[in-house]
Amino acid sequence: MFYYLVRRLASVVVMLVLITGTTFALFFASPLDPAKYTCGRNCTPSILEGNRKALGYDQPVYVQYGKFLSGLVVGRDYPDNAQLRADHPEQIVHCPAPCLGYSPSQSRTINSMVGEAWPVSISIALGAFVMWMIVGVGGGIIAALNRGKWPDRIIVGLALIGFSLPTFFIGLVLLTFVAIKWGALPIPRYMPFTENPFEWAHNLVLPWITLACIFAASYVRLTRAYMIETMSEDYIRTALAKGLGKWRIILRHGLRAALTPIVTAAGLDLGGLLGGAIITESVFSLHGLGWTAVSSVTNMDLPVIVAMVMIVSAFIVLANLLVDIAYGFIDPRVQLVAS
Amino acid sequence: MAETTTGAARDGAVAIKGRTPWQITKGRLTRDKITMVALGVAVFFALIAAIAPLLTAWKIIDPYSTHPELVGGLGSLPLGNFGGVSWSHLMGVEPGIGRDIFSRVISGLTTSLTVAVSAALFSVALGTVVGIIAGTAGGWVDWLLSRITEFVLSFPQTLMLIALSTIVIDLVKTALGVSRTPASMLFMILVMGFFGWPNFARIIRGQVLSLREREFVEAARSLGAGRWRIYFKELLPHLWAPILVYGTLIMPQNIATEAALGFLGVGIQAPTPSFGSILNDSVHYASVDPAYFIFPGVTLFLVVLSFNLLGDGLRDALDPKADRQ
Repeated sequence: MFYYLVRRLASVVVMLVLITGTTFALFFASPLDPAKYTCGRNCTPSILEGNRKALGYDQPVYVQYGKFLSGLVVGRDYPDNAQLRADHPEQIVHCPAPCLGYSPSQSRTINSMVGEAWPVSISIALGAFVMWMIVGVGGGIIAALNRGKWPDRIIVGLALIGFSLPTFFIGLVLLTFVAIKWGALPIPRYMPFTENPFEWAHNLVLPWITLACIFAASYVRLTRAYMIETMSEDYIRTALAKGLGKWRIILRHGLRAALTPIVTAAGLDLGGLLGGAIITESVFSLHGLGWTAVSSVTNMDLPVIVAMVMIVSAFIVLANLLVDIAYGFIDPRVQLVAS
Repeated sequence: MAETTTGAARDGAVAIKGRTPWQITKGRLTRDKITMVALGVAVFFALIAAIAPLLTAWKIIDPYSTHPELVGGLGSLPLGNFGGVSWSHLMGVEPGIGRDIFSRVISGLTTSLTVAVSAALFSVALGTVVGIIAGTAGGWVDWLLSRITEFVLSFPQTLMLIALSTIVIDLVKTALGVSRTPASMLFMILVMGFFGWPNFARIIRGQVLSLREREFVEAARSLGAGRWRIYFKELLPHLWAPILVYGTLIMPQNIATEAALGFLGVGIQAPTPSFGSILNDSVHYASVDPAYFIFPGVTLFLVVLSFNLLGDGLRDALDPKADRQ
């Protein structure tokens, strides 16, 4: 177990370095000039060169990448200029570790942008997660227990519809009709949970439904398939023969065995979403990480794009690791060994 | 086919007739009414997409002409109910300049399906080749290919598509000297296709791992068949079931992704019609003219649904033991 963890952690670190390196190379070593995108409408060659120097784009890409990595560990200053730091310390923006970079178009560190956007994304992801797990797993169990009968048909049909409805379409319909035309729910805006938990939830109901729809549909399919499989196992019949209660068998014997694939999927899906629900956030103009990513693309804000890709990839890699570790606890047949 | 076999078995008189896997599959498929309907609808949409350029050339549909006389009032909204629906404009007209939405949706099908099919073919081809090589070669080749697969899977697909659109579309435009529309189409085919292969390579690798131990591979090898002959003449014919199923299931995802990217404003853009570009334009009018996004949105939903149903049905018929996720 210990060696397994060490090995996996080492591979996570290697993976993260590779991902950040590739992302960096993709965006900063391309034939396009990254400084060009920082310059705006009234660009003159001197501003262009100034920006290039201040942001370090005049250096080779591997030097830039090295600075980025060291910034992640010890933080860095923008612009990184010892002379300026001595003469005008007030013009230096310090970006503390783990420094993700500096957005020239927003004139602030990416850390502060992420700090503002993150609570929004987490709120959306967690609420939707709870919603789709209840609806998806519950629906899947009910469908599996009534296999072939009308509740199964209805649930499976609804799941297929939910799975085929594009997220932005659901979001637009809910926003236009439920929020704007009928006024049944507020037009979502982010309210910190600590300020007003009720308003927080009230505002986020529509984004939660929007995001949960497609996931709930795929969890219905997943749970149903695995429940059907486990409920036909011999040990379920044994449990029935012993005279155990129906729900005890369904939950403790049936669902327990079907839990491994569900937890895998749940971990990976939630991990991906913590980095921002791009479409849901865009539909409702909620300024989370996904929205930040999209607006950085529209503004051609390369450092922010790179940072966003890295954050989300890091979440995916870490979610993979956590899911693998969780296996050992959920499924006693799985032994974590360093192979 | 199936009827006669069961009938004969009940009589117990006639010997059981052998059936090829294809006959079994066909029997299962034709008995599955929902899949047959989905197949019909999907083929219908594909046909429309195929003939839409002709329809435009023959002036049966007209996705580009503006009809300023059909819009008016504050914000130049379509005159009439439901976004200006009439017999000559079945889905109404666009607010602002009054292009016919029905024609745009029909032509948009061509653009969207071209992108989706090409990207699906690209992913499937790449995934098959990588999967076969990783599964047969074993050793460090397998290790390396599996790590690369994991590596690509660690990138967030939607985010990468959005992020890369900034530079790749610009690059394609300058490199090939083409305008924005073909550049964005090429970008989406390449990048969407690229992020589609790893999952499929895993499936194929798993299949190949068990296939390569079978006698016919052994026989081919002992007869002196080369590596590539084993890959593509011996193994590939056994893999058509997962290829067909995955190809069909990745199609609706690609269609939805194209639409989502267009919605976010990074994909194909107006005036070229595609689900993405139409929906991107309609978002601005969502609260004043909801019909503008509902008609194309529902069409998109039907296309995606029909391909999803078809893929599910094919999977059930071809590969009953596959994970039904």
